Amino acid sequence: MMRKAHLLMLTVVLFASAAFGQSGELRFCIKNDPKTFNPIAVADDASETVRYLTGGVLVRVNRQSQQLEPELATSWKISDAGRTITFTLRPNQYFSDGTPFTADDVAFTVKQLMDPNLHSVTGDQFRSGKGEVSTKVLSATKIAITFPAPQAGLDRQFDQVPMMSAKSPKKEMAVLGPFYVADYKAGSYVYLRKNNNYWKKDSSGRKLPLLDAIKLDIQPNRDIELMRFRRGELDLINTLDSDFYDKLAQGAPGQVRDAGPSLDSEQMWFNQVPSAPIADYKKDWFVSQNFRRAVAVAINRADLARIVFAGHAQAAVGPTSPANKIWFNTKLKPLPYDTTAALRYLAQDGFQLQNGVLRDHHGNAVEFSIVTNASSKPRERMATMIQQDLSKIGIKVNVVTLDFPSLIERITAKFNYEAAILGFINTEMDPNSQMTVWMSSGENHAWFPAQKSPVTTWEAEMDKLMQAQTQSPDMKKRKAAWDRVQEIVYEQQPMIYLVNKNALSAVSTNVANAAPVVLRPQTYWNADQIFLRNNGDRSGK
Amino acid sequence: MKVLLRHTARLLLILMIGGFLAATLVRYAPGFDVDEQQMDSRLSNESVQAMRTAKAGEHNILRFYTDFVRSAFHGEFGMSRTLNRPVKELVGERLPVTMKLIGTGLLVGWLLALIFAVSATMLRLAAYDVFTTFLSGLLLCIPSAVLALVFVFANAPGSIALGLMVFAHVFRYWRNLLEKSYAMPHIITARAKGLSSARILIFHILPVSGGQLLAVAGVSVSLALGAAIPVEALCGIPGIGQLAWQAALGRDLSLLLTLTFLVTVVTLLANTVSEVVGSSFRAQEA
Amino acid sequence: MKLVRIFACVLLLVVVAGSLAAHWIAPANYATQFRDELPNAGPSKAHWLGTDDLGRDRYSRVLYGTRVSLLLAPAAALLSTFLAALIGALAGYLGGAWEKFAMASTDLFLSLPWLFLLLMVRAMLPLNVSPFTSVMVTFLLLGLLGWSASARVLCAGAKNIRNSDFVMLARASGVGKIRLMFLHVLPNLKPVLLAQFWISIPVFILSEANLGILGLGVAEPLPSWGSLLRELENFANFSGEYWKLVPLGLLVLTVTSFQLVLSREGEVAA
Repeated sequence: MMRKAHLLMLTVVLFASAAFGQSGELRFCIKNDPKTFNPIAVADDASETVRYLTGGVLVRVNRQSQQLEPELATSWKISDAGRTITFTLRPNQYFSDGTPFTADDVAFTVKQLMDPNLHSVTGDQFRSGKGEVSTKVLSATKIAITFPAPQAGLDRQFDQVPMMSAKSPKKEMAVLGPFYVADYKAGSYVYLRKNNNYWKKDSSGRKLPLLDAIKLDIQPNRDIELMRFRRGELDLINTLDSDFYDKLAQGAPGQVRDAGPSLDSEQMWFNQVPSAPIADYKKDWFVSQNFRRAVAVAINRADLARIVFAGHAQAAVGPTSPANKIWFNTKLKPLPYDTTAALRYLAQDGFQLQNGVLRDHHGNAVEFSIVTNASSKPRERMATMIQQDLSKIGIKVNVVTLDFPSLIERITAKFNYEAAILGFINTEMDPNSQMTVWMSSGENHAWFPAQKSPVTTWEAEMDKLMQAQTQSPDMKKRKAAWDRVQEIVYEQQPMIYLVNKNALSAVSTNVANAAPVVLRPQTYWNADQIFLRNNGDRSGK
Repeated sequence: MKVLLRHTARLLLILMIGGFLAATLVRYAPGFDVDEQQMDSRLSNESVQAMRTAKAGEHNILRFYTDFVRSAFHGEFGMSRTLNRPVKELVGERLPVTMKLIGTGLLVGWLLALIFAVSATMLRLAAYDVFTTFLSGLLLCIPSAVLALVFVFANAPGSIALGLMVFAHVFRYWRNLLEKSYAMPHIITARAKGLSSARILIFHILPVSGGQLLAVAGVSVSLALGAAIPVEALCGIPGIGQLAWQAALGRDLSLLLTLTFLVTVVTLLANTVSEVVGSSFRAQEA
Repeated sequence: MKLVRIFACVLLLVVVAGSLAAHWIAPANYATQFRDELPNAGPSKAHWLGTDDLGRDRYSRVLYGTRVSLLLAPAAALLSTFLAALIGALAGYLGGAWEKFAMASTDLFLSLPWLFLLLMVRAMLPLNVSPFTSVMVTFLLLGLLGWSASARVLCAGAKNIRNSDFVMLARASGVGKIRLMFLHVLPNLKPVLLAQFWISIPVFILSEANLGILGLGVAEPLPSWGSLLRELENFANFSGEYWKLVPLGLLVLTVTSFQLVLSREGEVAA
C-alpha cells in the first residue's frame, strides 16, 4: 500500500513537472548581430528582438487582440487636446539589477528619447511639432509628459519605449522586461536570462517568465535555420519562408503555423521624379493615371500569391493590410486581373497594341525596367511573373536585380530607375508611422520624394488628410481621413500594391503556450508565458 | 638583412597603393552615401537628411586616406559604421577564427592535391586519371555556397569544405606540372635506370618544377581568403569572411580598408615566401 | 584511354549540338510559365526534368542555358589565359624591373576588392541593356579579372626556362627574344596555361550566376548554367528531387570531357 502511494506521488510529481514545468532554455535564430542594446536607438530587427524580450514598457499593444493594455503604467490619461499624457506607475518595481523604478526613470527615458541628435525611429515617432517636450514628475509613481503639438495615437506609441534607468550603473543593460542580456558573443549568440525582478504573474498566480533563458543564435542563413529546427536544435522559427512552409508541413504538420495575412506588403511603383535621368516620353507614361491603372490591372495577383508564395499570401489592396483590423478600409477590394480593362485604360491615353507591341501616341514601343533587391528571391520571382503578365498587353519589361545599397541610391538619391519592386515592413498599425510615405514632402514618398509643394491635386488632398489625421485626437475623424487616403491610392495607383504575405512560423511541439499572430513579433510576443515541455530536454529528438 | 629591408619596403609600398585603390573603389561605388535604415518610414525627414550627410567626412578620399593611414600607424583603424564598434576590436576577435579556418583548409587542400597529383602521375592509369579529373571537376562545378551547405547539413567542419575548394583549384595545376616534369628526357632516363619514385620526385622533379608548384600554393592562399566568405557566412563561423561581406553591403569604408590591408599583407607574404623558397630550389638545381 | 576520349568527344558534340538545336528540340520556350500546373513539379511526360519555381520547363532551360554558358565561358577563359600568359610569361622571361613591377601588380590585383568595380560597371550600364550585351560585358569582365593567379605561376615557370641550358644555348646562337618566347618559353608553359583555361570555365560559369546579385550577368528570363545551378542553393528544400541535379551532372561531365580532350592535345604537342 505504502509502495503504491509512493508510486502515485511520483506519478503526480512527474506529471505536474511536465505540465507546469518552469524551465528550459528557448532557442531560436536572429539574422544578424544586434547593432545596439540601447532600446531607444534600435533600428534593426535583431536589436528589436532583444528590445522586445528585455524591455519593460508602460503600455503594450496586445499582439493578439491588437488592443492597448497596461504594463508598468496601471493607468494613463490623455489631455490638453492630445498634447499631454499622464501615467500612473505600478509601485515597488525594480530593474533587473535591483535599482528601483520611479517616475524619474520615465522622465529620464523621455529626455533620452527626444535628444535631437539621436535620429532614431522610436524618437522620431514623437516629433509631431517643433519645440521642447516637457516632463513633470508629480510623485514617485505619477508623471505628466507634454508635447509641443497634439499627437494622435499618443498612448499606443509608448508600446515601443522601454524604460531606462536614470541611476543604475549598468545603464541600458538594467531592464524591466521578462529577460535581461546575460551574455553576447559577436557573430554567435545573444544569451538572455530570466529577470527575477519582472513584475508580471499569470492568471494562476505563477511568477513570470516561465522560461529560465532564451538563446538567440545569430544565423543569417534561412536554410540552416530550417535544418536546425528540424533537428530539434531550435524551438521556433519566427518568420518562415513560404518555400519552406509546405516542406516542413509534410514532415511535421503540427509544427507550422499560418496566422493569415500580415501587415507587410509588397508593391511596385513608377518613377515620377521630373528631374530623373530617363527619357521624357517614359516620364509621360509614368505620370499618367491611366498607364498606372492599366499596369495595375494587368498584373495577376492571384498567380503571384499562389506561385511565388505557395498560396501563403493574399492579393493586396492598398497601404493598409486587411490584417490591420483598426485601420483597413473595408470598402476596397483587390483589383481584378483584367487585360481588356488594361488595354481600355491605355487606349484612353493613345496607346495602341500593334503586332503584339504596345506603342504610345508618338510610336515609341513601351519598354521599361523593374529594379529590385537581389537578396530577395520572392521579389525577383514576382518581377519575372509581372514580366510575363505585361507581355500580354505588349509591354516589354526588363528585370534588374541590384544589391541593396545600389538600389537605395538609385531610388532615393539618383532617381535613375523606371520602376521598382520593394516591400514595406509595418511594425506599427497606426498610419502615423507612414507620414513620410504619404506626405508629398516626405523623404519616403517613393515615386517623387521631398516635393516642395504637392505637384498634383490628389497629392495635395493626401497631404491635408495626413495632416488632419495626425493632429486630431478624435479616432473617428482620423479613420475617415485615412480611409480617404487609401481610396486615393486605390484610384491613382502611385504604388501598385501586389500582395500581403502571410505570417508564417514554425513552433516545435515542445513549446507550450505559443500562439503565433500576424503582428510582430509573431511567435514570441508572449515570451513571458511560453515554457518548454519535458524541461526543455532536447536529447529525445 | 638588406633583402629583408627591401622586401619590407616593397610590402609597405604595395600596401599603401592597394589601400588607396581599395578606398577609391569603395568611395565611388554606387550606394556609398546611403544607409539601409533611411528607408524606414518611421524616420522623420530630418533624420533621413542627417543619415545622408553622415558620410560627408569620407567624401574627400585623399584626406580620409591620409588620416586613416596616420592613425593606422598608431594602431587605430577607426570605427565600423555598420557594426557600431571599433574596427580593431572587430578584426581582433575574428582574425584567429579565420586564420584557423584558412590554415586547416589550405593544409587539407594541399595535401589532397599533392596525394592525387603525385599518385596520378606515378600510376599513369587511365581510369584513375579520369576519376581524379572528374572529382576535381565536380568540386569546381558545385557552387561554393552549395558545398558549404552540404557540410553544414552533414555536421562536418567548414574547413574541410574550404580544403576541397582549394584542392579543386590546385590539383589541375600540380597534376599538369608534374606530368610535364615526368615526361622530361632526364626523368625518363632516371626511371629507366630504376631510381625510386621518391628519389625522382625529391631530387629531380622538385628542383625543376618546385618554383611553380610553390607559386600555385602561394596564390591559393588568396583563393582560400575569397572562399572563406561563403564558407563562414553559411557555416555560421564568426570570422573575417563574414565580416567582409557585412562591410561590403554597408559600404563600411574603415572596416573595408582594414580588411584590404589584411588581405594584401597575407597575399604578399604568401607569394613572397613561395618566391623565395622557389628560387632556392633553382639555386639548388644550379 | 582512347575509348574514354572518344566518349568525351561524343558527349561534347552532343551537348553542343543539343544547345544549338535548342530551338527545335526544346519542348517549350525557356520563358513560358506553366502557371496552371504546380511549380517545382517533378519529371513528367510534358516536362522531362520537371519545372522550376515559376513553372518553367527545366529541360528547355537547360538546353538554352547551355548555349549561353558553353559559348561564352570558354571565350572568357581564353581571354584570361591569354592575359596571364602575356603578363606572367613576359615578366618571368624578361626578368629585372619588369618582373618586379608585373608581380607587384599581380599581388595588388589579387588583394583588391573588385566587387566594387563590378558595382560601378553596373551603375554605368543602362538599365534596359539587352540580355546579350549584359552577358557579354559580364564574361568580358570575368576574363579581364581572372588572370592574376596563374600569372604568378607562369612567371615562376618562365623564370625557370630563362635560366635553363637550352635557352642559354639558343640565345648564344643568336635566336631573337620574340622567337625564343614563342618557340621555347610558351610551349613549355603549356601545362599551366591548360590548367588555367580548364579551371576558368566552370569558375566563370558559376561567377556569372553570382554576378546576378549585382545586376550583371544573364537577366531573367534567360537561363544560364550558373542560374540553373543556383537552384541547388535552396538546399533545405531539396529532398530526393534528383532531377534537379541534372544541370550539375551535365556541367561536370562537360567539364571533365573538356579536360580529357585537352589533355590529349597537350600530349600531341609535347
